[in-house]
Amino acid sequence: MKLNLQNISGADAIFQALMAEGVDTIFGYPGGNNLPIYNSFYDYRDKVKHILVRHEQGAVHAAQGYARVSKKAGVCMVTSGPGATNLITGIADALLDSTPIVCLTGQVTSPVLGYDAFQETDVVGISMPVTKWNYQITKADEIADTIAQAFYIATSGRPGPVLIDITKDAQQEMLAQFNYAPCERIRSYHPYPKPNSVEIEEAVHLINTAKKPLIIVGQGVLLSGAQDEVMALAEKAEIPVAATMQGLSAFPSSHHLYQGMVGLHGNVAPNKMTNSCDVLIALGMRFDDRVTGRLDKYAKQAKIIHIEIDPAEIDKSVKTSVAINSDLKVALRLINKQIQANQHTTWLKYAKEFYELEKEKIFSNDLHSTENQLTMGEVANVLSELTNGNAIIVTDVGQHQMATARYYSYNSTDSWVSSGGLGTMGFALPAAIGAALWEKKRQIIAVIGDGGFQMTMHELGVLMQYNLPVKVVLMNNNFLGMIRQLHDVYYESRDFFGELQNPDFCKIAEAFSIPSYRVSERHNLRDAIQKMIDHDGPYFLEAMVAKINNVFPMVPTGAAVDEMLFEEPKKVE
Amino acid sequence: MKRKYTFLIYTENHIGLLNRISIIFTRRKINIESLTTSTSRHKGIHTFVITVNTTREKAEHLRKNIEKQVEVLKAFLYDEDMILSQEVALYKVAIKHITQNNTIEALIRNNNARILDIEQEYLVIEKTGNHEETQKFLELLTPYDVHEFIRSGRIIITKPMKRLESHLKDLEDESAHKKEFID
Repeated sequence: MKLNLQNISGADAIFQALMAEGVDTIFGYPGGNNLPIYNSFYDYRDKVKHILVRHEQGAVHAAQGYARVSKKAGVCMVTSGPGATNLITGIADALLDSTPIVCLTGQVTSPVLGYDAFQETDVVGISMPVTKWNYQITKADEIADTIAQAFYIATSGRPGPVLIDITKDAQQEMLAQFNYAPCERIRSYHPYPKPNSVEIEEAVHLINTAKKPLIIVGQGVLLSGAQDEVMALAEKAEIPVAATMQGLSAFPSSHHLYQGMVGLHGNVAPNKMTNSCDVLIALGMRFDDRVTGRLDKYAKQAKIIHIEIDPAEIDKSVKTSVAINSDLKVALRLINKQIQANQHTTWLKYAKEFYELEKEKIFSNDLHSTENQLTMGEVANVLSELTNGNAIIVTDVGQHQMATARYYSYNSTDSWVSSGGLGTMGFALPAAIGAALWEKKRQIIAVIGDGGFQMTMHELGVLMQYNLPVKVVLMNNNFLGMIRQLHDVYYESRDFFGELQNPDFCKIAEAFSIPSYRVSERHNLRDAIQKMIDHDGPYFLEAMVAKINNVFPMVPTGAAVDEMLFEEPKKVE
Repeated sequence: MKRKYTFLIYTENHIGLLNRISIIFTRRKINIESLTTSTSRHKGIHTFVITVNTTREKAEHLRKNIEKQVEVLKAFLYDEDMILSQEVALYKVAIKHITQNNTIEALIRNNNARILDIEQEYLVIEKTGNHEETQKFLELLTPYDVHEFIRSGRIIITKPMKRLESHLKDLEDESAHKKEFID
């Protein structure tokens, strides 16, 4: 949408540009150096919704949550100095997890840049290693092009975070003429490499002749919108499919070809199949170390086909046999034209054996525990049943994240929002807020541990103020559970200072006018969760879970993916 | 095995790119031995010549991460066999050594150096060459008491004949600015 306006301020120009880019929601926090912007905001309050967070970190995580479910760029707007520096964690998170966000930071007036003015920081310098692109606007006539480029860069190719720093004088400056047009191209930036036909042919040949093929779907499937193409490939050639953590829900969990999650706390079958397949088809994933375990023993027997939009990820960790550097949907449409119908019955049976093994050794403990206390797995499992696997699950970081990844059945696509690459505790509540600003039909359930919750629980104020129907499930074991597990496995289970003396979380929810309930007994679990689901508006459910509930199987450091531990290693006395 | 690699990087002429590029090296704890930046002959395009000592794998990984930056047009990676390099060095020597004997003039002549400037108290000698040559000349001048010495970063000319414009055209052909379906 092009614009042509006269005599507007820089601040007005910013809003005009944002609206032209389709922005309808901004997560923000006003301050001294974005006052002119907030003053203009008033004139646009009917077109753009403002969500006042309680900490700028909440604003950036909310922008991420919004981006994850809407597939648009999430936008946050904060002031200079501490406001801007409070964004850094979320920006780093968005970079590692390829999430499109545009962060607008206020800045001191340009004459005093570099003089240690009040609330001045070199946010462009500070955010350089963690942004896809950043820029400082010091003149109002830079606004149109910079904002257009910001959105183009954030959302194209491999998405990522962009930060735009705007000096106060640029916000106040009057523009005689404001012309806006969306950015169509940047000469030095090539976000969509075209697939090479030779490589497409080779990939097709490998897939058609494979006896034991395995597809691993990563977040790239969701970012590219290639779910149908992946399904067509898997079904036509009868290829089993596994997902990385960030690829969860790219392929329906309930499908007969779905094997589960790969990696550190993944399911047994996908990890075993990785090290016994003959063709590994890696779709939109980057072979993160949480997925591969030790690299010198990762899928060494297989020919690896890697379809990946970022050329820097190809051959970075894992050497490929065929690398297709392109958008996934574009490449798969070409590949699918030549895929032959096929069957791999024996291979699928082999996978099933591992499923049965895991069911016996792990599921029985996690889901059908006879101990008094609830397990995290069973809470996630009941949640899955009562929502038919159709809710949007937003998790924080830790054991509860692994339990929810493993035991929720992701039957609808775009259902998993979690911090993967950076593993940011405190991500879930604000991210769920962001998701709730876009998604109006599906349930949004934030599953959080007692450690992570306390990092951003002040954002409950946002649920209250805007009556957002986010359901918070707190899995409370009064411990930093994942760290304790790591100590149990690698060290001697000594005190590692991770025991939390927690407040009464339900009282905190009540203080924010959010109805709450605490469940700790098995026979109450289903009713408690159903009540939460049925409630109209925000709800807080605290599930007291077993103190020791280590997540297995686990691929410990230095082990190959198929050398999983099923329990803590026995200590030599 | 670690070897000397040189990056030749063409970028937009924007503030902050030097920082963006150098942190790609520092993040991986790779020491930059030489960094030269200047305007290219193409309007709006800037060049960086960066030399490091590392393995081929790491160097290629660095190259991809540099080229990935939005404002980097193209990043080339060369080993020593594929380039010709030069640097400039300036040496400031007190005048009294010249008047005392003539050997310094012979030294300058025999080493393809030249006198850049003569002042009352000192003269400035300039030498262009590779790193070893400028270093050797410094050692030869040491008896004459070099007051000040400075060396520029290296600049390179590459051996392959393909022009930058051709590389940029390939990039345009092999890649799209918007998501396009080919089928």
